[in-house]
Amino acid sequence: MNWIAKRSPPPLAAGGWGEGAAQTRVAPPPPIPPDQVRSRLLPRREGVSFRPSPWLISWFQLSPLSLVLLVLFALPTMLFLVVSFFDYDRVGIYPAFLLDNYRELLTTPTTLRVYISSLKFAVVVWAITLFLGFNIAWFLIFHIRSATTRTVLFLLCAIPFWTSGIIRTIAWIPFLGRNGAFNTILQSLDITSQPLTFLLFSDFAVVVTYVHLFTLLMVGPIANSMAKIDPALLEAARDAGASRWRTMVDVVIPLSKTGIALGSILVFTQVMGDYFVVKQMSGGQSASIVSMLSTEIQAMQYPPASANAMVLVVFVAIMVGCMMRIVDVRKELVK
Amino acid sequence: MVGGSQRGIGPREARPWTFYALGVLFGTFLLFLYGPMLVIYLLSFQGPNGGVTFPMVGVSLQWFRDIFKPGQMANIPIAFTRSIELAAVVSLLTVVISVAAALGFRRRFPGSGVVFYFAVASLVMPSLLVGFGIGLGFQFLGWQTSLFTSALGAQLTWTLPFGLFAMFAVVNRFNRSYEEAANDLGATAWQRLRYVTLPILLPGIIGVAMGAFTLSYDEYARTTLAIGRNNTLPLEIYALISSATSPVLFAIGTLTTSVSFLIIGTTLVVVWRMQRRRAVMVGE
Repeated sequence: MNWIAKRSPPPLAAGGWGEGAAQTRVAPPPPIPPDQVRSRLLPRREGVSFRPSPWLISWFQLSPLSLVLLVLFALPTMLFLVVSFFDYDRVGIYPAFLLDNYRELLTTPTTLRVYISSLKFAVVVWAITLFLGFNIAWFLIFHIRSATTRTVLFLLCAIPFWTSGIIRTIAWIPFLGRNGAFNTILQSLDITSQPLTFLLFSDFAVVVTYVHLFTLLMVGPIANSMAKIDPALLEAARDAGASRWRTMVDVVIPLSKTGIALGSILVFTQVMGDYFVVKQMSGGQSASIVSMLSTEIQAMQYPPASANAMVLVVFVAIMVGCMMRIVDVRKELVK
Repeated sequence: MVGGSQRGIGPREARPWTFYALGVLFGTFLLFLYGPMLVIYLLSFQGPNGGVTFPMVGVSLQWFRDIFKPGQMANIPIAFTRSIELAAVVSLLTVVISVAAALGFRRRFPGSGVVFYFAVASLVMPSLLVGFGIGLGFQFLGWQTSLFTSALGAQLTWTLPFGLFAMFAVVNRFNRSYEEAANDLGATAWQRLRYVTLPILLPGIIGVAMGAFTLSYDEYARTTLAIGRNNTLPLEIYALISSATSPVLFAIGTLTTSVSFLIIGTTLVVVWRMQRRRAVMVGE
């Protein structure tokens, strides 16, 4: 009978709040008679007093994730940090502490060239996807009035994402090729007389494919941030005399910066980590850091590959760290 | 998905010019997204004498039949089965682990920041390197890399952070007063989870399951160095790209895409019906 009474706040511990606080506290309301309470749920059993601390519960809920990340992400990363100092020859690898792998890597001109080339792609693709992503998100969130239309348009953007990246990459080959769909259209419209040859197997093709693959990674997070903006704020800005541009710069961009940061991180790291698109679409003219690395892995040269991997990881970590400094992603994500 | 019914400018006002400008941009973007995809879907029905580019020389199902013929493509059907099995396991584990973690993250506690940043790091880590590290680890331990050990693990480092971030968005919208009400009515922690929290989160959870499934089904960069002897479908396709120059590749593309469509379409219908039923129940 007295399980409800037990739910009332427990008396404060002596000295916990001080005399004044304890005295001004409002008396708890009288318990409701149990026959007036209709609940399908069973009453709490008497004598169940095990109450783990909230932190303990949270840790318990996080433990599978932590375990997976530790075993499958942190340990392997530590492993290639260690291996990057190892010695090797054609037969195998030998434990050692050598800086040769790093010295070789960092003094080869190819390394610098490949990093610059990858970084160039990353910046160009980031700028294009940011422009597209921000404007598309804006259109979907602020201009589309019906929720159903918005959902349908979102789905339209997401559907190509359900096709494998490999297929989406090679899909550009019959489209951009010399006798491809795009050239055929251009010629039939008399825009060009000769087929354009720079379209396929060039830096252009690489950028186009990246934009095709990764724009959605920008649209999603930005739209998610924009959807949280109260439309009344935009109205207030307009009533206060702000132009559309000022509203965007001073209201919408600051409020959607988490989405912008998240999208930027995703696009940037995807481009830096790519090895397939560059290989397939540049026609062998450009290399990426990871394709260079995968050649070393295939040759079983694990120590230099590990050194290469460590340099890339540090590089990406610094870039992502800079972006995360601008926005406290965690605070914004986990409210 | 993004909610809310009325946003932006009021319904009676005329559309500003920006609406039309952005509308054109959006339309062009859709063309850009779908153009090349439609080309390969069309070309997969290329006639038996046609090549990998236009024009179409007749229409046939020749290239689809080729997939199932013994010979060069012999591995495709079995790789497909493997991919589906792996994706199902990855999807299940991702849901369980990321839902639990997202609920745990609602409280800030010592150590939670470390786990969060580990999840971010795991997401942004260049994909191939994850598989490289895991493959290296297996080699040191003298274990054989395989589908449900190393490859499964490599894919989880990719699907879990995604699942976690998606669940954050779902959990943020969850009104905690439902849980407090359950507490006040005397529910145990288990009853509260089983009858209140999970049912409310269910559409989001199904979304995460679907997302994890397709992420796994299409994954190649993390899996390639951790897969061992038996390839998944994307890896099998990857191996074919350099050798096959017939529309059979496009046929595989069309086929795998229709599988994705089938799975996602079914899930969407389930979620939609669930939400409608709930709306009806609330209406009563």
